[in-house]
Formats: sequence, C-alpha cells, structure tokens
Amino acid sequence: MSTPADQLPPAAESSPTHQQEVTLRNPPLPSGEVLTRALLASVFVIAACGLVYELIAAAASTYLLGDSVTQFSLVIGVYLASMGIGSYLSQYVTDKIVTRFVDIELLIALVGGFSAAIMFFTFAYAGPGFRVVLYLLVVLVGIFVGLEIPLVMRILKERLGFKDLVAQVLSFDYIGALGVSIAFPLFLAPRLGLIRTAFLFGFMNAAIALWAVWLFRDRLKNAFAMGVKCVVVLAMLAAGFIWSDELTRMSEDQLYSDQIVHAESSRAQRIVITRWRDDLRLHLNGNLQFSSMDEYRYHEALVHPVLATLPGARRVLVLGGGDGMAVREILKYPQVESVTLVDLDPAMTKLFSSAEQLRKLNADALNSPKVKVENADAFVWLEQSREFFDFVVIDFPDPSNHSLGKLYTTAFYSLLKRRMAEGGMAVIQSTSPLYARKSFWCVVTTLEESGFNPTPYHTLVPSFGEWGFIAITKKDGPREYSPPAAYTVPTRFMDAKLHPALFTFPKDMERVPTVVNRLNNQALVQYFEGEWRRGGS
Amino acid sequence: MDRRSFLAVSAALAASGCGRTAKSPAPPPGTLTHTGHELGHRLRDGGLPPAGETLKRKVVIVGAGMSGLSAAWRLQRAGFTDFELLELESSAGGNSRWGQNAVSAFPLGAHYIPLPTPEARAARHLLADIGVLHGNPDAKSPKYEERALVQAPQERLYRNGQWVDNLNPTEGISAEDRDEWQRFAARMRAFQAARGRDGRRAFAIPLAHSSRDPEFVNLDRITMAAWLEAEAFTSEAVHWLVNYATRDDYGCDYRSVSAWAGIHYFACRDSAFSQEGDHDAVLTWPAGNGHVVRKLLERGRFTVRPRALVFRIEPRAKDVALGVFLADEARSVTVVADEVIWAAPFAFAARALAGESDLAAALKARDYAPWITANLTLSEPPYAHHGAPLAWDNVIHDSASLGYVVATHQGVATLPGPTVLTWYFPLAAIAPREGRRKLMNLRREAWVETALRDIEKPHPEIRAITREVDVFANGHAMVVPRPGLIWGPEQARVQAWNAARGTRLHFAHADASGLSLFEEANDRGVAAAEAVLAKLGVKSDTLRYRRA
Repeated sequence: MSTPADQLPPAAESSPTHQQEVTLRNPPLPSGEVLTRALLASVFVIAACGLVYELIAAAASTYLLGDSVTQFSLVIGVYLASMGIGSYLSQYVTDKIVTRFVDIELLIALVGGFSAAIMFFTFAYAGPGFRVVLYLLVVLVGIFVGLEIPLVMRILKERLGFKDLVAQVLSFDYIGALGVSIAFPLFLAPRLGLIRTAFLFGFMNAAIALWAVWLFRDRLKNAFAMGVKCVVVLAMLAAGFIWSDELTRMSEDQLYSDQIVHAESSRAQRIVITRWRDDLRLHLNGNLQFSSMDEYRYHEALVHPVLATLPGARRVLVLGGGDGMAVREILKYPQVESVTLVDLDPAMTKLFSSAEQLRKLNADALNSPKVKVENADAFVWLEQSREFFDFVVIDFPDPSNHSLGKLYTTAFYSLLKRRMAEGGMAVIQSTSPLYARKSFWCVVTTLEESGFNPTPYHTLVPSFGEWGFIAITKKDGPREYSPPAAYTVPTRFMDAKLHPALFTFPKDMERVPTVVNRLNNQALVQYFEGEWRRGGS
Repeated sequence: MDRRSFLAVSAALAASGCGRTAKSPAPPPGTLTHTGHELGHRLRDGGLPPAGETLKRKVVIVGAGMSGLSAAWRLQRAGFTDFELLELESSAGGNSRWGQNAVSAFPLGAHYIPLPTPEARAARHLLADIGVLHGNPDAKSPKYEERALVQAPQERLYRNGQWVDNLNPTEGISAEDRDEWQRFAARMRAFQAARGRDGRRAFAIPLAHSSRDPEFVNLDRITMAAWLEAEAFTSEAVHWLVNYATRDDYGCDYRSVSAWAGIHYFACRDSAFSQEGDHDAVLTWPAGNGHVVRKLLERGRFTVRPRALVFRIEPRAKDVALGVFLADEARSVTVVADEVIWAAPFAFAARALAGESDLAAALKARDYAPWITANLTLSEPPYAHHGAPLAWDNVIHDSASLGYVVATHQGVATLPGPTVLTWYFPLAAIAPREGRRKLMNLRREAWVETALRDIEKPHPEIRAITREVDVFANGHAMVVPRPGLIWGPEQARVQAWNAARGTRLHFAHADASGLSLFEEANDRGVAAAEAVLAKLGVKSDTLRYRRA
C-alpha cells in the first residue's frame, strides 16, 4: 500500500516523544543494521496487511451485494480517504511512539483479522445493517493503517536520512502491496477463503506488534504487559483461523440454507434441487415440492390409504408427480400392471429418471418397465384419452394461478370421472386444510358437485406443515371408500393406527362452506391467494 | 427530425391513407378480406347476365347468417327439409363467421352470446340442440356447458397505465362522479325491473316482447347522448361507459344511437335466471359465434349455396320469383319459390324488390355501421404487466377501438403458448358512408398499423411478438339503431307486411328488430320459419316465447 508522499511527516520535524523515550531510558539499542532491516521488513508485512483488508472488504461486498465495479470503487475510495485521515491524525501521536505503534498494530490485527467474519455475520443476520458495518470496518482499518506508516517512518527517522527513508519505506510498502495483490486472487481468496485470509493477516499484524515489543523491549517501560497483550491477540486470531471453517459454515447456512445441486429452467418452470447434508429438496418456481427428509410421509399418505383398499387395481394413472415418488409407492403393489405418468415437463421426468441421487430417491420408479411416461398437459391429455383407470393419483401444484386453478374445476373433474373404471378411485392432493382451509374445502365441495363422494384426510408433513388429501369414489359407483384394515406393503409412515387422526378434522380445520370452483369463476384461486397471502408463506 | 419521430409520422400517414413513400418497417404478413366486395358492387352497377334456367323450390332462405341458419334449423326441427339456402359470401355465418389458423380458431365478428333470457326461448332451444345448454331449456336458470361459459378472468380495462379487473372506469374519480355513477347504475337497475302498463318488461330481448308503453317507447325518439344530458349525467365515467356500450353492441357513437337502444343494452338482461356464479356470464368459444354456425351446419347437414346474389325479388300471388346470379357458375337463374325467407340486410332487399315501392322505402330506411376486425397471431401471449392479468375481453379506455379478445382464453392448457387476439374497431366516429369509403380505400398495412399502435399502449412488445395480422373489413356489419328506427313507422311497415295474410315473402334478420344481436337474429329467423311452417301446414309447437 502506498502512502501519499505529502502525508509524510515533515523531515525537519522533531519527534519529542521518541527523543524522550531515548533520553529517558537511554537503552542499548539493537545493532543498527539489524533493527533497520527488521523495521523495513515489517513495513513490507504492514503494507501487505493493509492492502489485504481492503481487498477482503471489496471482495466480500461484491460477493454479498454484487456489482463489483461499484463495490471495489467505493471500498478503495473510502479506504484511501480513511488512510489520509489516519496519516493526518498521526501528528497528534506525540509520545511513546513505539507503544502507540504496537497498540495500533494490535488494533489492526483485531479489527482487520475479524473483519471478514464480522461482514459475513452481519450480512447473514442483520441484513440491511450490512453496509453500515462494512464501511465502519473499512474506515477503522483505513485510519489505523494510515497511522501505521507515519509512525514506522518516525521510528526509522533516526536511523535513515530523509532521502533513504522515503525511498526505502515506500519501496517496501509498494512491494508488499504487489505481493499480496498477486497472492490474493491466486491463492488467498480461492484457497483460504476471505474469513481465513483475514485471520491470517491479522495474525501477521499482531506478530509484527510482538516483534516490535521484542526489538524495543529495553526502551519500553511495560514491555512484558505489552507482550502479553500481543500474545492474547495472537491467540484470538489463531483461534479464529482454526475455526474459520465453522464460522464460514455458520454464516453461509444462514445465507443459503441449502446448497444448490441442480438448477434448470424448462419451458414450463424453474427446477431447483438443493441439498443440505442428507436432505435433498425440489423447488419448482421457488415452491418447495418435497424434502427427502419427510417426502415419504407425503407420498405414502397420498397413495396408500386408497391403493391399499384396491386389490384389483391393475391400471394406474398419475397426473403430475414427475418426481416419480408417488410411482415408487404405487409400484409396491404387485397387482399394479401399468402406471401411466402424465407430467407436463419433460425436463422433470428426464431429471428424475437419469440423475443418480434422484433415481435412488424414487427407487428408479420412472425406469420401471411397468411405467409409461407421457409429457403432456394433464387437462388436454385427459380430454383425449380413451383409457380407463382403476386408480388415479392427482398430484398437481397448488392452485396459485388461473392456469393451475383450471385443474381443480368441475370441468376437469367431470373429465376425470369419465376416465375412471367402474369401482375405480382417485386421490387428490389438495393443499393445507390448516393454512388454506377454504381452499381445501372448496376442492371437496367441487368434487361433490362433480359427482363424487369425497373422503378428506390429512396428516403432518413437517417440511410442508399440515397437509390435506381427498379420496374419491364415484357417487353412482358400486363402492364407498373405507380405510384399509392394514397396510400390507412396506411403509415408513402409514399405519392403520394413524387412521383416527387421519380422518378426523380438528376444530381449526373443520369444514367451512365454500362455492364450487368452476372455469368461469376460478373461486379456488381467489381463496388460495387470500389464504396464503394472509398466512404469509 | 429523428428516426423515431419520422417513423411515427410516416406510420400516421400510412394509417390516414396519404402515405405513399412512408418507409416504416415491414408490417407482419396477413390478409385483408372485404365482405360483399365484388358481388355487392355488381348488384349496384348492373351488368349481370340475364336469367336463363328457371328452378322451382318449395322454400328459399336468402342469407346464411345467424337468422337464416336459425330459420333452417327451425324448419329442419319440424321435419321440413325442402329448402334452399343462398348466401352472398363464400362461406356461411354472416357476422358470426370465423377464421382458423395453426394456432387457433378466431372470430371475424360476433364472439359471444349472453345467457339467453326466458324471452329468448328459441335461442335456448337452439343452444340445447347443439349441446351448449344441458337439461330443460325452459327451466328458469338452465345449466350450461361449463366449457362454453367464459372462463375467469372475464374482462379488464386499461386505464391510466394500469389494467383493472372490470370495465368500470371508476378508480380515482371524484366523489361527485362516484355518486353519479351510482345514480346511473340505479337508473339502469330500475329500467331492468320496469314493466309498462301493458304488463310487459320495459326492455326485453328479443325486443318484440318489450312493453309498448309510450313512457318507454318514446325514449326511441332521442339519442342516448341527449338522454344523458336531459338526465343531468355529466361525468366522464358514465359517458365513457355508455359510449363503450353503444360502440360495442351497435358499432355506433352514443350521439347517433336511440336512447331506447342505449338503455336496452343495460336493462334487457337480468341475472335472476342465471345459475350461481353465472351472473353476467356469457357463452364463448375460440371461433366466437362461429362455433354455433359450425354446429348448426354439422347438425343440419344442409348445404349452403355460396356466392349467390339475389338481384330481383318479385312477390307474386302464388309464389315469389327470385333473380339469382350464381357467381361460381357465372350464370343467372330464376328461382320460383312458394315461400321466401329474407334473412339478409334489408337494404339489399330494397334494391332488388320489384314493385311494392312503399315496402322498399321502409326496407331502405336504415344504415349499417362499418367495422374492422384484425386478428393478430402472436408467438406468445402479451406480457402481464401493470395490474390485472390477461382476461378474455381486454378493453382500452382511451381508444377508438373496443380492445381485444383472446381466442385461446377458453382453452385448458396450463402453459401459455401462441395465441390469437381479435381486435375490434367500429368506425363509430364518422358517418357510415364515410367509414365504408375508408374501408374500400385503405390498404391492409394501414389497418395493421392502427391496430398495432392501439395495442402497443398497454403492450409495448406487441410488434415483436406479432407474426401475422388478418384484417376483416365489414362495410355493413350492424344496423344502426338511430332514433326512430326500432319503434318507428318503417319497422311497423315491415312487421305489417310479415303479418299480412297470404304473404309469401317473410322478412327475418336482426334488421327486423333494429338491433344486430344474436337473440334478435335468431328470434326473427325462427318466427319466419314458423310462419312458413304454418302456411305449408306442417304441425309444430312454437319454440318462441309466449307470455303466460
């Protein structure tokens, strides 16, 4: 880091403090050459440290806020101005120059060393306060670094002539800056990361302070106490360096709660898969579709309560559910001969039939010879289909817009009815009866209007909350739904013991009167919008 | 002058028809179609070949629009099939014609049917026959096919840079204007419920069922604008809505439309007979009312003889002789029919009628509003910026157009894709004759530019996503319900002719009502068909509304 020449203290200026220390203590100085070199070496380190904090601040703000040109310009500008203030303030340091130098080094070591960690934590936890903290750090470090070089020069003044002093201090200053500016992008930032780099250079600042105490130990009244201070600071920074991984993780967890392992935009939607430890999560257009931690609860509740009662179910239709999880549950039943999966998005079914981790999650259901995948619009497909199905699983996204709302109308359900075999059943995921109570019961009302006998039920899926499903039989059909006495296929969650809670709606989820959802009123979308906006999810 | 303003000026020149050297970017491709362009002119200019062969027919229906098709449907329903259906244009449908491309079917004119009132009984039966109405058509509120009911969201209005989700321009208006708006709404509700001293509804549809009480009929003597003034309605919001209504239903400015017709728009329907959630519901299809035409043609299996121009009508004692030019065969024939149903614009009959000069004068005493529709085929739907989402009917407040309807709105696909917008532009600001001259003279590019500049206001991206623009110019789209037409002497003369014993020439068509509406066309067609059936001795209960 360069120090503007006009900020150097005037050569003729006397330095009473220094004189005082010297005259008072009159100590034997370390041999001239060694001390001079040592001090110049420290200038190299000091310069490197000074630059590194600036780079860290600029890089961190770019990383967190984006817009690199603005962040770098502002950080560099503020930092340089602060250094100017520091240099100006150096004239008020009139006594105990070495002691002041050591104190300032330790302050730089602490503030600079912890700067990156402080920035990440404030961004993660304080959000809007980040900018204030960022520039406060930049100003503080800038002022301290601005104080530093003039003090070194005043210490060295008695050993070097003005010409040599300026030449040597400034060249070491510049070389130090060059060294770190090369190392920062190539090694420090990518290998150590910003938080650890800051601790490393803080440690170096503190080491310089300790070294200065050692060099001037004879001239310092309280050298031991100062040494202890240095050691404490060194220990804090070393600890920070050692645990910086933990610190990084703690702040980044807060920032991006999960790591994105797959992201793509298909014609239909934005598909994002994240992972945090063992938990894989699928988000479509930013809405959580499943968490691998508890998706089995959702998919078992979706499939088993109905399919377990259909020993004759040979032909199964799944509308939506391109992740193949519902199909995985369906394939547990030996009587099932064919499963037709109709999902709008080929990107989804391709992803869930090819990516290894996802295939593991759906037990490779989409590659089963029993499964036929059709990428089509479910409404249009249903209109054109002439097949009949014994069991239909409807696993559409929630009715958050008019396009999706169509898939919950009497028009859609009357098409569905035509495709259901005699004695066939269907089940519909129908949002949360707790958070979207009117929406849930609106689907029930709409199914009744469409000629079905609905049996609503619900269960807790921790990542979603309380979730609702509706089992339906045809009103004019040969059978009524009654829950299975037992589950014969292997399950992790579904169990007949759950039934009393499954089919009972507590007071806060009890039925409310609603209108029927039709293409020409889209009442459900209006309920849903109102409820989730109020619910704030 | 910079390039931008140069383009704007040259586009304006092109739009006004004076631009010869305008160098605006090439407009999207497409077609320009005129109605009755070539054949209509031959009627006016003469020079048709003399009739050779003479053909005998039992019944001839002239005009295969909604009225003629309703007559044909009614005859067939009674088991009578010995009729010939002549059409001037190259395809059937009249104002309900439609187009079709790779993206969608789309309307060229009429694009919806309000749920018919009990008085529009024949319309309900027709809709039942084509599978749009389920169950008993005479039920108070019959059930309609869900897929035919306009899907939500139905309509929105672009005003002050925002889309709002109904057609009321009332956001941000003053308290007095709001009060006036309420007062206007209350007046219209009162008219809706009003009955005359003869016990009939003041404003019924079909209008033949309306009260003849002078209290209401006298409203036909002044213009709608004059009525608003007389009633001290001065707010911009009320005036906008009323003018939008008359332009929408009659193609005319509210300063040239009778107050009876203007109020009829608001007062003729009431929501008591529609099912839950169906109030102000309408029936619509991608092809607009072309869907009804297609279903009637499919169901009826009758053929329409296209490009057949009736240039002479001679009512005789025992039959009617028609001089018909068959353009496809480049020859004229004489068709002698026992009964003729005239289901084409009356002004065309006036020119062809031999003798009967007072009837001809009565037929002639009407004018027609010229219209443009432009169908814009888009690679994707217009973006959903500024307010309410894309609806079926999208109206632009500060515009001479009526906005646009979305042909794919009734679809069920989840993903938005290419679509067709039908842009409606009645030439209501100028006299009909002047409008027709404009229709004849302007090139397609000028209409395309006018449409794009209009839609550009809410959708700046429209030029980038428009792939094709097909323009349809209809010089005689809708009869003008000028003051004195509906309840005046000319209509009375035509009704008297229809009612006279022994008449063999029956005037159907919405012109017989003076309002170019589906229910009117249908009721007049059915009435004429039932008169023909009665004369031919075919027994059949009426399908028209009878007061209890």
